[in-house]
Amino acid sequence: MYTEKVMDHFSNPRNVGEIENANGVGEVGNASCGDIMKIYLKVEGDIIKDVKFKTFGCGAAIATSSMVTELAIGKTLDEALVLTNQAVAEALDGLPPAKMHCSNLAADALHEAIKDYKEKNS
Amino acid sequence: MKQIYLDNNATTMVKPEVLEAMLPYFREQFGNPSSVHWAGRMVSGAIEKAREQVAQLLNCSPAEIIFVSCGSEGDNFAIKGTAEALRHKGNHIITTTVEHPAVLETCEYLEKNGFEVTYLPVDKDGMLDLAELEAAITDQTILISIMWANNETGNLFPIHEIGEIANRHKVRFHTDAVQAIGKVPVDVKAAKVDMLVLSGHKVGAPKGVGALYLRRGTRITRFMHGGHQERNRRAGTHNVAGIVGLGVACELARLNQEKDYAYVRRLRDKLEQGILSTVPDVKLNGHPNPDLRLPNTLNISFNFIEGESLLLFFDMKGIAASSGSACTSGSLEPSHVMQAMGVDIVLAHSSVRFSFSAENTEEEVDFILAELPPIVQRLRDMSPLYQREAPTPLHCDECRMVNKAS
Repeated sequence: MYTEKVMDHFSNPRNVGEIENANGVGEVGNASCGDIMKIYLKVEGDIIKDVKFKTFGCGAAIATSSMVTELAIGKTLDEALVLTNQAVAEALDGLPPAKMHCSNLAADALHEAIKDYKEKNS
Repeated sequence: MKQIYLDNNATTMVKPEVLEAMLPYFREQFGNPSSVHWAGRMVSGAIEKAREQVAQLLNCSPAEIIFVSCGSEGDNFAIKGTAEALRHKGNHIITTTVEHPAVLETCEYLEKNGFEVTYLPVDKDGMLDLAELEAAITDQTILISIMWANNETGNLFPIHEIGEIANRHKVRFHTDAVQAIGKVPVDVKAAKVDMLVLSGHKVGAPKGVGALYLRRGTRITRFMHGGHQERNRRAGTHNVAGIVGLGVACELARLNQEKDYAYVRRLRDKLEQGILSTVPDVKLNGHPNPDLRLPNTLNISFNFIEGESLLLFFDMKGIAASSGSACTSGSLEPSHVMQAMGVDIVLAHSSVRFSFSAENTEEEVDFILAELPPIVQRLRDMSPLYQREAPTPLHCDECRMVNKAS
């Protein structure tokens, strides 16, 4: 059902946890669908220095969360803002069609966190 | 890696004796039982022997058994066949909110065709209020369809009392007994059941065979049209090997059910008590009294964790179980059974079902009890709902739109 990359990121998720004193936090999803993703950012200047995540959800939800942290670290805020859910899914060599709606929200969570950072620092 | 199979409510391994009995019917005895020649004659006896074996398990006459292809066919046949045959008498059907989709969706189909259906609610333990059942019966009621045991929670419904009520009101009574067969005693006469459905692959027979018990004198409209098999009640060439297998599986169930399921019950109880006493924030789904559940079924929610993730981690350890989460139900919502019981939405997504067979061992239970707590803790440490102070976001506008569109 899942690609090898999805299973790799699911069984060994990267950057799990919280960032103390994170300067941007974003959360998307809801219990009804069964997926909630929370992203913590450490932004310095214009660069995302660190990203961590916490996710309640299925295998795809955890794998996409893990992947988005890898994709975002080191990027500028503008670069991170053009990352799409689709790009995250593609970086994992794809997701089953049924997972594209509920479980593929990681980029949205990242964008929420960036929005939160911008609001706090404007 | 060791493989531990705890999903026997989904399907079971074919029993060796069953497979052995089936094998001659693929090559040496390959005939069509409806043929008059030697090849047909060789196998027609086998069908009748299987019919007797099934009938003995249910305490009915062999003539009251109709072979079908699966549990879903049996349920469709029983419900639609009754609706059509008794349409002149009324258009009301009573069932429950926790039936298998084979019953629920058949009822929903009939609702679109002029029938009215009452879906009885269950309480938080997943049980029915029989006063509510009795009160729902009207002069238009032609059928009560209530499962013997629930596939997700293992809850046993009071079938004998329901049979009494149906009998008293002269309403036909159908029960989906797919999960009960072989695990608890099932006696159609004692339970005053008019129609009962069972499925082979849940009792150690292969997939693709099942049976419908139809009490003598029960009028039903044919479901499968064609040849004259099954006394004109169900067309289609007999699945000879499958039917032979079902017969042997039913005979084994009759002989071994009591012993096997006393053993299974001990394993289930050990896992149940082990989890409840060592893992915090868990909830048992189903009736708290284990006597009111199938002896092999344990359904537990591990709060703050989504079920599919848990299943995937179990799978990495060789443990096969199932979940009521939306991701594993193939829909956008968690299990309808959990929802009917009013289980909190997060807990519904967190539900895991372990279903045993007599093939399982105590060592396997010990292994699970050792492996499970760290997996649960690891996923909880990853969950934004664990030790959360802010309220949990509950609703999804997009889902509502998707649901409306479908």
